[in-house]
Amino acid sequence: MSAATSPQPAAAAPAQPVADVAVIGAGIVGSAIARELAGYELSVTLIEARADVGDGTSKANTAILHTGYDAKPGTLESRLVRTGYHLLADYAKQTGIPVERTGAILVAWDADELAALPALRSKAAANGYDRCEVVDAAEVYRQVPDLGAGALGGLTVPDESIICTWTASLALATDARLRGTDLRLDHQVRSVGHDGEVTTLHCDTADVRARWVINAAGLGCDYIDQMFGYDRIDVTPRRGELLVFDKLARPLVNKIVLPVPTARGKGVLISPTIYGNIMLGPTAENLDDRTATGTSEAGLDFLLGKGRRLMPRLLEEEVTANYAGLRAAIDAGDYLIEADGEQRYLLVGGIRSTGLTSSMAIAEHVRDLLADAGLKLTPRSDLPESPCMPNIGEAYLRPYQDEARIAGDPSYGRIVCFCERVTAGEIRDACQSPIPPPDLGGLRRRTRAMNGRCQGFFCAAEVGTLFERCRFQAHGTSGPLEIPA
Amino acid sequence: MTDVTRMLTPEVLIIGGGPAGLTAAAHLAGCVHGDVLVLDREKQAGGIPRHSDHLGYGIRDMRRVISGPAYAQRLVRAAATAGAVIHTEAMVTGWDGDGNAQVTSPQGRLVVRAKAVVLATGARERPRTARLIPGDRPGGVYTTGQLQNLVHLHHGVPGQRAVVVGGELVSWSAVVTLREAGARTVLMTTQYPSPESYAAFNIGGKLALRVPVTARTRVVRVMGRPRVEAIEIENLDTRDRRVVECDTVVFTGDWIPDHELARLAGLDLDPGTGGPLTDTALRTSRPGTFAAGNLLHPVDTADIAALDGRHVADQVRAWLAGQRPDARAVRLRTQKPFRWVAPGVLRPGDPAPSRRRLLLWTDDLVRMPRVTAIQDGRVIGLRRLPWPASPGRVFRLPWSLLSSVDPSGGDVTIGLYRS
Repeated sequence: MSAATSPQPAAAAPAQPVADVAVIGAGIVGSAIARELAGYELSVTLIEARADVGDGTSKANTAILHTGYDAKPGTLESRLVRTGYHLLADYAKQTGIPVERTGAILVAWDADELAALPALRSKAAANGYDRCEVVDAAEVYRQVPDLGAGALGGLTVPDESIICTWTASLALATDARLRGTDLRLDHQVRSVGHDGEVTTLHCDTADVRARWVINAAGLGCDYIDQMFGYDRIDVTPRRGELLVFDKLARPLVNKIVLPVPTARGKGVLISPTIYGNIMLGPTAENLDDRTATGTSEAGLDFLLGKGRRLMPRLLEEEVTANYAGLRAAIDAGDYLIEADGEQRYLLVGGIRSTGLTSSMAIAEHVRDLLADAGLKLTPRSDLPESPCMPNIGEAYLRPYQDEARIAGDPSYGRIVCFCERVTAGEIRDACQSPIPPPDLGGLRRRTRAMNGRCQGFFCAAEVGTLFERCRFQAHGTSGPLEIPA
Repeated sequence: MTDVTRMLTPEVLIIGGGPAGLTAAAHLAGCVHGDVLVLDREKQAGGIPRHSDHLGYGIRDMRRVISGPAYAQRLVRAAATAGAVIHTEAMVTGWDGDGNAQVTSPQGRLVVRAKAVVLATGARERPRTARLIPGDRPGGVYTTGQLQNLVHLHHGVPGQRAVVVGGELVSWSAVVTLREAGARTVLMTTQYPSPESYAAFNIGGKLALRVPVTARTRVVRVMGRPRVEAIEIENLDTRDRRVVECDTVVFTGDWIPDHELARLAGLDLDPGTGGPLTDTALRTSRPGTFAAGNLLHPVDTADIAALDGRHVADQVRAWLAGQRPDARAVRLRTQKPFRWVAPGVLRPGDPAPSRRRLLLWTDDLVRMPRVTAIQDGRVIGLRRLPWPASPGRVFRLPWSLLSSVDPSGGDVTIGLYRS
């Protein structure tokens, strides 16, 4: 049985209903798993340590929907990314998650990189992706005219896409919820206890009991794994800092511009964002602190230096935001997804930045592993429709542009965040949605409010007041609210 | 665009209802054939003075000293009384090559097509992110605009111990707002050798507001989660660093023009100001499109912006009456320590600029500046000014410096006299 034991006597805890499956972690992977399992005759509980879904590693990445062209062939990651690409692309269409198929181009800056391109093309083919093409420097500059001088050639990846990672996480979690998943926010798992067929997850807020436990805790997955008696993974938070440039820079870059990957990592890219900005980054820095999402002087200097060479014109534009995300890296070269039939426990570990793309394929894979381990899966016949997510992507019609919608409800014509053109109606809708934002950060991820170039100079006070009011109207309580900043 | 979209065709469209736009409207309405339409995206017109709740407004344009909100109200009243149509919560979201402005408001989507357009979209302070200051991203970090919006319009409360970053006029405005909201400014930090706003304000500031000022420093890190707990500052000369505890940080000044529409419309920009390039009649590079206010000179005081509005009104009337500019143009440029000059183009036959002053920005303090104008290698003007050129505030230069410009000559460069 488990090495970890309950800190308090079991009798002290009030009897909780026992779920068939508890999923720890409501990031994109955990949400996708909960949604998938909730499609069967199972009771599912989704547990999240934070106050919001998609609020950890899932919220701060490069937001690229990968074809999987550069994965290590033969790995689980390669297979799940490839499958996940199509699953998520289809799901995005169905639910309104913004996606733009911009395509990518890898740029070779020296002879070695140029020489590496044909091998990358073969690797892509080995990964089941055969649309890469090696192109000469002239073609590189035709596709990205503002690229800095010195490019020698490139490799195109026409199906790489950008996606709204915030909406993707939220859609999957919302869908899980609509399918009856019990979502428990602010539930950090402190220890686990076993009692026959039932595992109890002791949380600060309340205990959660389940027959099967899925560990999709991202940055914390090794801690949870240890609670089940394992010592097999070690998560190293790898910080990636990013710079987001002003929307006025958007015409400079219409594709994801990638460096040729080296042993040191994938390097710094320039990419359009789904919100109409340009992103430069990320850095890659191994840390000990799993909460270190601050930015650093060294990181900014590094990015500015890179940017100056990659695209000098870009640096003439204003920076709108800089942020850092932590990748949940493990030492293995692949995902680690394993079921433990005896403890009825399943680890989903080592899910790196590709987890955004592979999330839905991971969920299917987890489902199959559970079935193999003996969990009875009966598809439900009464599944609700998938949610229709509010569009916050720049390439699709937004409420402020929608004459018919404004005519039906003038609050969609009341722009309160000018830079991002977010309307009062959208803020209200977010507050009334199945998973409402717990704080201004959550509101930003659902609406883009205050994410623009003024960073709140004009709108923060208004948005903050409106948010408080809408929350009060939606839930009868405003709760503690930080001052908008 | 759907067919329900309405079209408005005023004689003049003014984008931005701050001091410049409203004053222009007040001087155009009733003096042109059709409507004068002001579009403002805020709930109330008036611009930044709406939330700048202290005295010091209206001095040069209204000949009185009133508070920002009172000033904003008077501006709105004057424009409305003159007959201007003011639409609030109406944001111009696009501007196509044919001069059609797309507008979103609670009344729906509008297209506005006017005979003349005045851009008066103002400026904003560079936020912490754009200043590339690393560290945590906690709450409690503001710009002055955000702080004053919060305190004066939404009655919110900042913290107790504030650090004000910047030593411009607006920085003192932030200190005043903080004090009214119950927060003490424990430090004002500026990169310049001395805080650069008006000397009187400085002495008054130091004494009456009792704010410790640290010159020649920069902020290198913001610390704290979820709320700011401290910032780290560095002495630019010694590179020494120290941590200052605070629960509020206000990034002040460092203005950038709100030039999005100017860029969307493809107007020529002045690389120095970041705003549209204009001549002394405040014409932009697109015929019939004018610009006024702090969009052109980020930033001068509200009354100077308002007087721009008065100036541009005359020029718009002349345009509507059929007057067309001389094709010849001389470009004005600057030399260190000056960063920019506005307006940036001279044309024969054009009026003197507003208040017969050129507006410049300096990066260094020059106590008794001797300013030269040079055209084609020849000094064509030299003035010794009795007032200093100070970083952090606009340096105003008499127009007469340029009285000898050759309209057919090359660029004119304004700099400091070098013997």
